[in-house]
Amino acid sequence: MSLNFQQIILTLQQFWAEQNCIIVQPYDIEKGAGTMNPMTFLRSLGPEPWNVAYVEPSRRPADGRYGENPNRLYQHHQFQVILKPSPDNVLDLYLESLKRLGIDPLEHDIRFVEDNWESPTLGAWGLGWEVWCDGMEITQFTYFQQVGGLDCSPVAVEITYGLERLASYILDKENVFDMPYVADITYGDVFHQPEFEHSKYTFELSDVQQLLAWFNSYEAEAKRILDAGLVFPAFDYVLKCSHTFNLLDARGAISVTERTGYIGRVRAMARQCAQVYVQERERLGFPMIKQSVAVGGAEQ
Amino acid sequence: MSGRTDLLLEIGMEEMPARFVRGAMEQLKDKVTAWLVAQRIGYGTVQALATPRRLALVICDVELHQAAKSDWIKGPALKSAKTADGGYSNAALGFARSQGVSPDQFEVRSLGSIEYLYVLKEDAGRETATLLEETLPGLISGLTFPKNMRWSTHELRYLRPIRWIVALFGEAIIPFQITNVTSGNTTFGHRFLGGELQIVSPRTYADALREQYVIADPTERKALIETQLKQMESEHGWHIPVDEDLLEEVLFLVEYPTALCGNFEEAFLKIPKEVLMTSMREHQRYFPVLDAAGNLLPHFVTVRNGNATSIQVVAKGNEKVLRARLSDAKFFYEEDHKKTIDACLAKLESIIQQEQLGTMGDKVRRVEMSSAKLVALTDSDETTRLNLARAAAICKFDLVTAMVYEFTELQGLMGEHYAELKGENTVVSHAIREQYMPKGAGDALPSSRVGLLLSMADKADNILGCFYLNMIPTGSQDPYALRRQAAGIVQMLAEADVQLLLSDVFEAAWNGFKEAKVSRELKLDDAAYARCKKEWDTFIGLRLKNMLESRGVRYDVVDALLSRPVDDVKWLVARADELMQQLANDEAGLKKSVEAWLRVCNLASKAEDVLDISQIAWQTDAERTLSDAIVNAKDRFMNAVQGCDARSSLQVLSAWVEPISIFFEHTMVMVDDAELRKERLSLLHAGASIIWKFADFSKLVWSSGV
Repeated sequence: MSLNFQQIILTLQQFWAEQNCIIVQPYDIEKGAGTMNPMTFLRSLGPEPWNVAYVEPSRRPADGRYGENPNRLYQHHQFQVILKPSPDNVLDLYLESLKRLGIDPLEHDIRFVEDNWESPTLGAWGLGWEVWCDGMEITQFTYFQQVGGLDCSPVAVEITYGLERLASYILDKENVFDMPYVADITYGDVFHQPEFEHSKYTFELSDVQQLLAWFNSYEAEAKRILDAGLVFPAFDYVLKCSHTFNLLDARGAISVTERTGYIGRVRAMARQCAQVYVQERERLGFPMIKQSVAVGGAEQ
Repeated sequence: MSGRTDLLLEIGMEEMPARFVRGAMEQLKDKVTAWLVAQRIGYGTVQALATPRRLALVICDVELHQAAKSDWIKGPALKSAKTADGGYSNAALGFARSQGVSPDQFEVRSLGSIEYLYVLKEDAGRETATLLEETLPGLISGLTFPKNMRWSTHELRYLRPIRWIVALFGEAIIPFQITNVTSGNTTFGHRFLGGELQIVSPRTYADALREQYVIADPTERKALIETQLKQMESEHGWHIPVDEDLLEEVLFLVEYPTALCGNFEEAFLKIPKEVLMTSMREHQRYFPVLDAAGNLLPHFVTVRNGNATSIQVVAKGNEKVLRARLSDAKFFYEEDHKKTIDACLAKLESIIQQEQLGTMGDKVRRVEMSSAKLVALTDSDETTRLNLARAAAICKFDLVTAMVYEFTELQGLMGEHYAELKGENTVVSHAIREQYMPKGAGDALPSSRVGLLLSMADKADNILGCFYLNMIPTGSQDPYALRRQAAGIVQMLAEADVQLLLSDVFEAAWNGFKEAKVSRELKLDDAAYARCKKEWDTFIGLRLKNMLESRGVRYDVVDALLSRPVDDVKWLVARADELMQQLANDEAGLKKSVEAWLRVCNLASKAEDVLDISQIAWQTDAERTLSDAIVNAKDRFMNAVQGCDARSSLQVLSAWVEPISIFFEHTMVMVDDAELRKERLSLLHAGASIIWKFADFSKLVWSSGV
């Protein structure tokens, strides 16, 4: 099989669609990780079953390297899978997905190394592994225990493939920019210029005063909308706050002391979103409970 | 009733955290065997096994049946058991009912002088299989782990999700269910190389798994890895230093170990060896490879979870990953080269040491102040003073280097390396590394005076800072390793070639807090001083106790010495060693002396205001002799203390034994004449105040027959 970056994404989408996941599209607000997509952050809460997969372009301003580092990027892509409740054969399913990508566990060294995930910004934590393929971390595997400060029950499992890492390994490229996106277009053709420009903006041109003002406005708006009981639009502004904070942080504009304060402010909103979401679903009578979509043949 | 068979228990889980597997394996073994003992079920050999995916236990020759037992159950006293007409009372009949016997089975037995009704309760015991079935579900779900999780829809909190359970007693399945998992005889081999299999009988467990590429016994797995490493060493003429912690982790990351080696570009060897080794170990769990002379070679060894199939692919993949890691390290190293020490120091001003205490810059200024204070108390020359001042000023600059940000454990080490590159002299650069020594009990001390004083100042500052904030370690909670640091101070004062007191170290640190120019205003009033000093004394006291105990000093000797205030650690150690030696050589002799001293000390505590005994005109020879002995001894005793000569100081006290006994033979102390009583008590007090400088001898415990 002649793979390229696009093929890898399509293969994963196809595979998880076959496992009864709905495939949603990337969420249209800047975020640091697929976990922050409401399809994960909010939907992993409450009793309703939920199986979803999607690609998430994830922005980490501090990791920007002007397109010069072969592995570090301002924006990378995650392939995110959420299965709630976590099926019993979830590890087998995951390994099956690797086989589809041409990674035969018999030919490689696949290991599950303990890794406990925590996001202070989201008030979330979980236990699981980083999955190593021949010493390289290619996936984060997490059983969510709490999200937005609420206990997850039933527990959702999150599978996050780091697409650039995985692809550069499968495609045997030392530098992500050299990977074929499709046969005659490289990843660099598509992303190099934005990498450079975003790095330059982040580290040299971003307007700290403006960013601070935005943070405050976004926060005020999120709170105002939360008070009106509308969780999805409110959460959008929480994401805006989070990204603005990341830009400020990357710019070195936030001292260590202030940092804790900003993270606390975002977390407080995220927690409130989680609570409002669950209340709202309850008011609606948890409508998705009636659908019982079995993933991987697991009992529901 | 006397038959036996074997027991197998296997809990199959998704990959457990390597660091918790051994503990969990031991716990399962301990809980099951303790239960068997409590249930009066005999058993033979026990083998605990574990891999990343399973905890298992094989117990051979378990009795099929609980041992019978009989107990005498006590009922009402005989006198209340009978009615006036000679029949049994309601109390007696109720007792019979409650024990399920008829009154004709009563026996009368005496307890003390009273007679009671008794019944002999026979418990024939039950089938082990039934008991296992009842007990195992609770026992297995009751295992406790340092970190627990929930999964799917289950309420159980466990180390990792349970996927299967094998429970065999002989060849029979012990049936039960935990979450949605039903016990059986089906297990799973290696995740990739093995398959599903049925275990026929417990004794075949390990062998059956071996065929499915699982080495279930960690000891066997460990030996296998070690053999493979040895083989590589002899094949290539390498030396592979095995870090036990790493081996233990690797052991529980793999079910079927196959060691393999890979290479990296020689160009990376320009980076300091410690950096490369740390990166390989911490990030990748690789074993570094050295040549016979101890030089790092451009190779690494990793242990694959699987067999040798496509091992070159695995090696190549690992090489690629390591290359990226080392490129990062090289990048950090080169970036760090571009930074000046001054630029790093400036950055310390924006790093918070602790919210309320201020920045690392503040900390450095305190340490500069306190180390200067310490060096002034020692017999150090001007060069030492200047070197210490420089070392203190730059002691934390490496904390803001990229390398230390990446690998915290390289703090100090990178500081030394970079300082040398920036042209600092070797004394100063060594001291930057040595400030973190000793790293644990019995670890080497800083080799130079500069490193030693810097280490003391740094540690005392950390301790005092936490105490000021009321963050005092309790139980297992000691996030800043204050105990280790306090023990380090004690060890340095005890063993290093420097004459300093515990109070010198405390005062210097306090002075640092008081005098250094810092960004946070702290409330350093007398109340804060008193509170911190009190905590410090208690905390250090416990470290002194540990230090003495680890020297093998008897608990009563420790008690005798630590009941008196301690300031000079060397003097403390000298006295402890001397007393231990005296006790070993001549306990009876020491006991005789101590008895004399204690007579003095006991009465001396009654003295209220004391007189200068050298000014008293004594009336009797007994008084005069003792007074002379004490007055003359005082200087000699204090000289011995100064010289840390415990033997001589004890000899000084021993010389009083005779005068003391003559004194008490001829002198009544508590006489009615108030003036005379005061004189005599003053005399004893003068003696006691010297004896107390050595120890509170009343705490000593003597062997019987001495």
